[in-house]
Amino acid sequence: MISNLETAENPEKLKRVVIEPLTRVEGHGKVTLLLDENKQIQQARLHIVEFRGFEKFIQGRPYWELPVLVQRLCGICPVSHHLAAAKATDMLVGVKQITPTAEKIRRLMHFGQTLQSHALHFFHLSSPDLLFGYDDEVRHRNIIGVIEDYPELAKKGVLLRKYGQEVIRLTAGKRVHGTGAIPGGVNKSLNTDDRNYLQKDIKQIIEWGEDAVELIKTIYHEHPDYHRDFASIQSNSMSLVNARGEHELYQGGLRARDAQGENIFDHVDGVRYEDYLCEAVKPWSYMKFPFIQSLGQEQGWYRVGPLARINNCESLSTERAEQQRLEFMPLENGQPVHATLATHWARMIELLHCAEAIEQLLHDEDILGHDLLLKGDMQARGIGVIEAPRGTLFHHYEIDGDGVVQKANLIVSTTQNNQAINESIRQVANNYLSGHELTEPMLNQIEVAIRAYDPCLSCATHALGKMPLEIELLDADGNSLSRIRKQASGEICLGR
Amino acid sequence: MQILMQRLIETAATKPVLIFAYGNPSRGDDALGPQLLQRLAEKIGHSDLHSRVELLTDFQLQIEHTLDMENRQQVVFADASIKPEKAFSFSRLEGKKDVSYSSHAMSPESLLNLFQQLHPHDSAEVFLLAIRGYRFDLGQPLTQQAEINLEQAVDYLYQRLVFTP
Repeated sequence: MISNLETAENPEKLKRVVIEPLTRVEGHGKVTLLLDENKQIQQARLHIVEFRGFEKFIQGRPYWELPVLVQRLCGICPVSHHLAAAKATDMLVGVKQITPTAEKIRRLMHFGQTLQSHALHFFHLSSPDLLFGYDDEVRHRNIIGVIEDYPELAKKGVLLRKYGQEVIRLTAGKRVHGTGAIPGGVNKSLNTDDRNYLQKDIKQIIEWGEDAVELIKTIYHEHPDYHRDFASIQSNSMSLVNARGEHELYQGGLRARDAQGENIFDHVDGVRYEDYLCEAVKPWSYMKFPFIQSLGQEQGWYRVGPLARINNCESLSTERAEQQRLEFMPLENGQPVHATLATHWARMIELLHCAEAIEQLLHDEDILGHDLLLKGDMQARGIGVIEAPRGTLFHHYEIDGDGVVQKANLIVSTTQNNQAINESIRQVANNYLSGHELTEPMLNQIEVAIRAYDPCLSCATHALGKMPLEIELLDADGNSLSRIRKQASGEICLGR
Repeated sequence: MQILMQRLIETAATKPVLIFAYGNPSRGDDALGPQLLQRLAEKIGHSDLHSRVELLTDFQLQIEHTLDMENRQQVVFADASIKPEKAFSFSRLEGKKDVSYSSHAMSPESLLNLFQQLHPHDSAEVFLLAIRGYRFDLGQPLTQQAEINLEQAVDYLYQRLVFTP
């Protein structure tokens, strides 16, 4: 399943075109395209530029700090790390099931996070591509352009995001660096004023969520062939589902399906992830390449995130989102949808689902409860699995007798999408760029493909000092035109 | 939409002066913004300033922060920077359209530009306090020189708040 553009036969003879940094993705990344004399693409790769030694950063810290500490890994989805770490530390303190109030507060926080993250991505990062097209003028193709041309839409994006952050603020206790989830539960619930405040606007938020689904549906159907074919890849999918096989973001079993929608494994306890998943290392990338063990590295790579979740679930638990899912699934005549750009559509269905789920929780008296925390017998190993906005997120910690972290392993969603993103890049490179003169709008098509995955590259790397980073510009004769090298220490060297 | 926007603003934006300091507290000198806020909060305590100065922080600037800027007399963004030749620089900010075509983490100029488009009748004065930083590695504390720069920046901003009506 890995395409033949991953490694060219004679890369030393090819010219290198570098797109750096990727725009409108979280963090920094780099794509290299190696061209031959006829400007045919012979090799395409997504590289990670920035190294951040998160797991080393965590080692040596006491376990109770983890839910707060890990929020500093990523400024975009700190709540996902907060909750995944909290779930792992639940296990460390011997709590298998937290109280109903604690679980519902955490779920509320998580729905708020996913809502605001999806709103940011759709309205601010991807809408310029979707509304203006990939060949729009660079100066216009950004959120400022959206505000100029679609002011009401831009305001809706701001307010949807703000609403999600208000949910986070009230459940986590603060706007940023929240402390709401703690080992064994939460440290606060909502009071009636908080609940009433959030209830006032939720119907409006749901309506806007539904409008967003209708908008992306319209955009998709305006150019159905383009949206179906662009960057599309056949892949396995993995996500959490609940016991009924429903879409699940907070707590469930792992389900993996192949490209035809057949189960590879189902309802697997996330604690056993090491029995089902492996991580491969490739010499040219900082980021690992996870795969499903039973299928092997070549066949076992998979996709996570909104498209995988919608493909994998039997249904959504909220009415309007489920109705939208039923309209979405026939796109491929009952088969899983592999159109990468359909990820935007799936993401908006999830945004609507989150809004509806928030409304349901705001009518649940448990969120006002006071039974917040449980304790058990300390364990040496804790694993938390959650569906972050971008896909499945694993936090795995091992502690010593003093409660100090000795081992940490984080598998973030962007890492799990690594191979899929690379495959999409190659598909685009192969189908859209080869044999043409390279232009900025054409190069942006590669970025459009990457943005569909909403990658967060800033928290996806963790290979301490494996290699320095080097970018080299070669002409068709293999001559080095320019070189920039970043040492593991962060030192930058320029030269030929 | 206007009602919802107003309601979301009313939760926080009631004080005439906003100090918005941003950065990642765990990335070396990138913590200058959050550190400034913390030290300023200690200085302000329960003084008269408390009633008219709001302190907010985040990892980075984003579009929704335009809501925090509304109905203010003054907004001061504070961030670590490698640009100032001295310990810090303090300057009035001009709105500037972001042509970098990256809208993920916004520059303060770009955020102000956006704010002016969304709220053309709002007349807040907006400033940037840029504190010189040197190293931004994960898990590292402030560098020694950044600590010195921070102290000077905190003193300057505090005095300015005290003596500016």
